Amino acid sequence: MCRLAAITSEKYISPMEPVFALETMKEGHDGSGLGLTLKNLGGEFEGIKESPILSGICSKKGMEILNDFMKKHGFKLKHEWTPKIKPLRGIVAHDYYFARAYDYPASYAGKSMREKEELLMNTRLAIRKIGEPDESIFAFSFYPDVITLKEVGDPLEVAEFFGLDRDELKAKIIFAQGRQNTNYAIYLYACHPFFIQGYCSMTNGENTAFVPIREFLMSRGFPGYIGYNSDSEVFTHILHYTVRQLKFPLTYYKDVITPLKPSEMENRTDREALKLIKQSLRPLCIDGPNMVIGFTPDGTCFMVQDSKKLRPGVVGGIKGRYALMSEECGVDRAVPKRDRSKDIFPMKYDMVIVSPDAQEVKIWNQLQG
Amino acid sequence: MEPASGIRLDHNHQLSLKEFPYIIRWRDDRCKRCGRCTAVCPVKAIEATVKVQRVVKSEGPVPTPTVAKSITHVVEQVTDMERYCTGCGTCTLVCPNEAIEPEFNPQHKFLHYKNKGGDGYKRGGRRNDPSISTLDRLKFTRISMLTDPALDAGRHEFRVRSYIGRILPPENLPLKTSNGKLVVDKESIFIPPVREIFPIMIGSMSIGALSPPMWEGLAMGVAYLNEVEGMPVVMCSGEGGMPPRLLRSRYLKYFIIQIASGYFGWDEIIHAIPHMVEDPAAIEIKYGQGAKPGDGGLLMAQKVLKLIAKIRGVPQFVDLASPPTHQTKYSIEEAVAKMIQSMSMAWGFRVPVYPKISGTKTARAVLNNLARNPYAAALSIDGEDGGTGAAYNVSMDKMGHPIASNLRECYLDLVKQGKQNELPLIAAGGIGKKGNLAANAAALIMLGASAVAIGKYIMQAAADCFGDEYNRCNLCNTGKCPRGITTQDPKLYRRLDSDKVAERVVEIFKAADVELRKIFAPMGRSTELPIGMSDGLSIDDQAIAERLGISYAC
Repeated sequence: MCRLAAITSEKYISPMEPVFALETMKEGHDGSGLGLTLKNLGGEFEGIKESPILSGICSKKGMEILNDFMKKHGFKLKHEWTPKIKPLRGIVAHDYYFARAYDYPASYAGKSMREKEELLMNTRLAIRKIGEPDESIFAFSFYPDVITLKEVGDPLEVAEFFGLDRDELKAKIIFAQGRQNTNYAIYLYACHPFFIQGYCSMTNGENTAFVPIREFLMSRGFPGYIGYNSDSEVFTHILHYTVRQLKFPLTYYKDVITPLKPSEMENRTDREALKLIKQSLRPLCIDGPNMVIGFTPDGTCFMVQDSKKLRPGVVGGIKGRYALMSEECGVDRAVPKRDRSKDIFPMKYDMVIVSPDAQEVKIWNQLQG
Repeated sequence: MEPASGIRLDHNHQLSLKEFPYIIRWRDDRCKRCGRCTAVCPVKAIEATVKVQRVVKSEGPVPTPTVAKSITHVVEQVTDMERYCTGCGTCTLVCPNEAIEPEFNPQHKFLHYKNKGGDGYKRGGRRNDPSISTLDRLKFTRISMLTDPALDAGRHEFRVRSYIGRILPPENLPLKTSNGKLVVDKESIFIPPVREIFPIMIGSMSIGALSPPMWEGLAMGVAYLNEVEGMPVVMCSGEGGMPPRLLRSRYLKYFIIQIASGYFGWDEIIHAIPHMVEDPAAIEIKYGQGAKPGDGGLLMAQKVLKLIAKIRGVPQFVDLASPPTHQTKYSIEEAVAKMIQSMSMAWGFRVPVYPKISGTKTARAVLNNLARNPYAAALSIDGEDGGTGAAYNVSMDKMGHPIASNLRECYLDLVKQGKQNELPLIAAGGIGKKGNLAANAAALIMLGASAVAIGKYIMQAAADCFGDEYNRCNLCNTGKCPRGITTQDPKLYRRLDSDKVAERVVEIFKAADVELRKIFAPMGRSTELPIGMSDGLSIDDQAIAERLGISYAC
């Protein structure tokens, strides 16, 4: 089972912080990979928040292809960050790791954010398609103010390999996953967190309803619903589909993945809507065992459980800094000076929502709505 | 060579018992000549007769054999193909001394002869194919254990429920946000009726095909399951109407009313609509039947007694043949779209209306027509292993399409269009053929069915129907059902206790519910029916695995 560490903060923090939290949960992951997603970037990216950042990995050949592709499609390189690689035994280094900020093509100058999001996603998918057969390019995210880093190996060693301990790279929201490889091959695209158009999530546990969910998402006619090298990628796409595509408020994510029984719906004022949602989104009901941590474009972070609550998950912290972790020891490492009695262990009906800049934490109960 | 003319026939050309499908094993030493077996035999395949026997006797202290001739009463099987032993075994049941039983004869040549008078062999039952069906070969191989915890079938909460009714695509839901909550904008779009049901339903078997206690027993069982056990099991009326009091009762909501090409019973139904206190669960329009594709319904004259005649609105003792096709059928739009519209309108668009077809290579054409019709509530596909009360043997044995691949290709077609959740598929035909009701149902659900329908299984399990795939009994068409299940003769149906049938129906569904949990729990599924969870299935045949899009396991 994967271990998850997310920190949301009003101040910029180093990606080493969630990695250290992961280290305390080491018994739970087998070192088959580290995934990091950073949102609300500080450091050298603080001044270019509007510029989309392409995060990925490529070979020498891939880099040439990438440069040509981006140039051809009118993207102008604005700023590039590359990790200060420290070669370590056990980690097979790829040629280039990068986070490159671009200027939009000139034709997109006056376009809406929604149109720009389509362009960025389609560009990322095209790059992925080019680089996937020979693994010359991996493109994880292409979005303003977001960086994604992934590599196979022990999380702490991977962080050291990336030189994150010596880097000024900082962010206000950082998601980290220590991967426990189970059914699927060790593959970079299978590593959490997953990201699409501002929505991100990571999950522990296996997803027993994976195939019908995948088929439903893939048949929505939305080009971004592909990949699925991990059964957890669907949780990100359900989030995106529910909130961005269907325009439901965030709490309905919980109602989609773990719908209430008809008798339980009776207490909700929106029961008529819930009944329709339950019917129409029946294939997106998850059956666990999963705990999902996610964020939305405005910087809201949340944690939810499947309806059987068979996976651990805890949220704890102080105003301005909250940790959402798969285990308590991770929260202790991330926010040691807090009132532990106020830690929240979301149960089957709960959705824990931490507002942007970690100002407030709320428990939304599905039974009450 | 002797000249052909002028010789006298020796009449030595009658059939031997070896040509018959069942041979009666009668034991002289056990038989007390009570005559019960010959009296009860539904086809008069055995008769009491008298034989002269040569008996060697020896009495006294030393062997002194003497030969005597005696006249003995025996029970003998006749060699008339019209009175062939069906193997039902009623004789065995009534015999006080276990002196008689029919034995299957694998070398029989029954079908070579069963066409006297130039008419093909007609019977009831289902396909005489005792081989293991694809459904019974499917295995559930994705077992949760350590990577994800297996669920406890007894402790965890399970929701084994499904829907019939057209489900709106999420993109079209009439929802708007108000103060952070979603509210339904009812005026903006038609919201089709949807029923939550238990995923196993009792398929269409008519009053008339079934005896009064059988139909009543099923209906009582279904009502009990709903009202007492809280299991929303529904049952289809079959073509032939429904009892007038039931139509006007609150129990109507547990019944799917079928309309077929003969429209039998619909005069009564239409007249009852203003008096209905509940809507029916759904309306099924029958276009085809898995057991006899392309054939209409048939209720033989001998089964059309007073009650049946009244419910169906026909004279007594006439053959009631429903045409193979609806009279109004001009094109698929006429047949399906108009019929769905008419039926929906009759109940004010509050009742799901769906067609039932027989398994066929053309199922996808029907499916795609329905997918484009926003009023179509489901598609029921009845595979070749489905049963019937009366049909030509050739239709039952040779016509039709197996349900597994037919259902799967329809489901995958819907997946391609993104409509897999909008139009529920109901699968039928051979579910529980070998008794594995829950396993067959679960396999079909994982291949993409929203629900399954059973017929023959419930007759066997709830009322001890003798029929099997070795052509045992299968007398449903004759009105002489020795179990009292498919007869209108009070002398026969008094053998069946409707309360007992109802009890068995309840037991069967409760057991199936438990078994479904025992299948879903180790696969980690409990909150939603695993429709289309094809990664859970495997089969030991590469070709079938490929066809169904599942994994091969051996």
